[in-house]
Amino acid sequence: MSMLRIFDVAGSAVSAQSQRLNTVASNLANVDTVAGPDGKSYKARQVVFQTTLMGNVAQREASAGVRVSNITEDQTPGRRVLDPKHPSADADGYVTYSNVNPVEEMVNMMSASRSYQNNVEVMNTARGLLLKTLQIGQ
Amino acid sequence: MINRLTDSLEFHTQALSLRAERQRLIASNIANADTPGFQARDFDFAAALRAASGNNAVGDGIAQDVMRGDGPGASANASPVLRYAVPSQTNLDNNSVDMDRERSAFVDNSVKYESTLRFINGSVRTTLDAMKSYHQA
Repeated sequence: MSMLRIFDVAGSAVSAQSQRLNTVASNLANVDTVAGPDGKSYKARQVVFQTTLMGNVAQREASAGVRVSNITEDQTPGRRVLDPKHPSADADGYVTYSNVNPVEEMVNMMSASRSYQNNVEVMNTARGLLLKTLQIGQ
Repeated sequence: MINRLTDSLEFHTQALSLRAERQRLIASNIANADTPGFQARDFDFAAALRAASGNNAVGDGIAQDVMRGDGPGASANASPVLRYAVPSQTNLDNNSVDMDRERSAFVDNSVKYESTLRFINGSVRTTLDAMKSYHQA
């Protein structure tokens, strides 16, 4: 039953995409986070996808799942805003916010959500086909 | 003797398992739509089916094989040759999955999988009807 492997493949993609959606959520939540007393602000996070082969040796070549190999932090300096009255302002009166770009994150979110939907549809189709296969000869 | 009954299903069985294989391949492409460096793959269905059912033209493959007596599909489970897709647009992260192409291939393949299922169901039903006695029918 090589079709059963589709659930592993699409399932791995769904979980990778949901992890991506998770990082987008934490990035968006921290758009306006200011740097703490140590001067370090929140850094935007990005997931890195990697192909992973699934199943036994005979099925390996055709079953390419996906996994999150690691999560990287964007090292560009955070946004600095002049606001001397702000409690977290530094000696020059600047406040350092996180380096999250909300527009990029929204695009990332839409892309993740579309990919998620695609993979759910793949699973639904595979399920329908397998159920019909079970009814052969009835 | 009994293999005469099942031989006619052999061709469709092969087509069905190749369709399942292709479905899995396209699912892998869709799963890796966002993976950097992933190259989309596919195989030539007609050529794979021809290879699986013994190098004859698809249409008359069964008849000739049955006459030869060794049944179709000497190389039954030879896995098809996978080819890499040519990217339709250049991509910064070297990913060659074209979602439009993959989606249409996926729908196309599932419809054809289902039609192969119907062919099999049809022949099974025909065989069963032929086995029924005059009074049962």
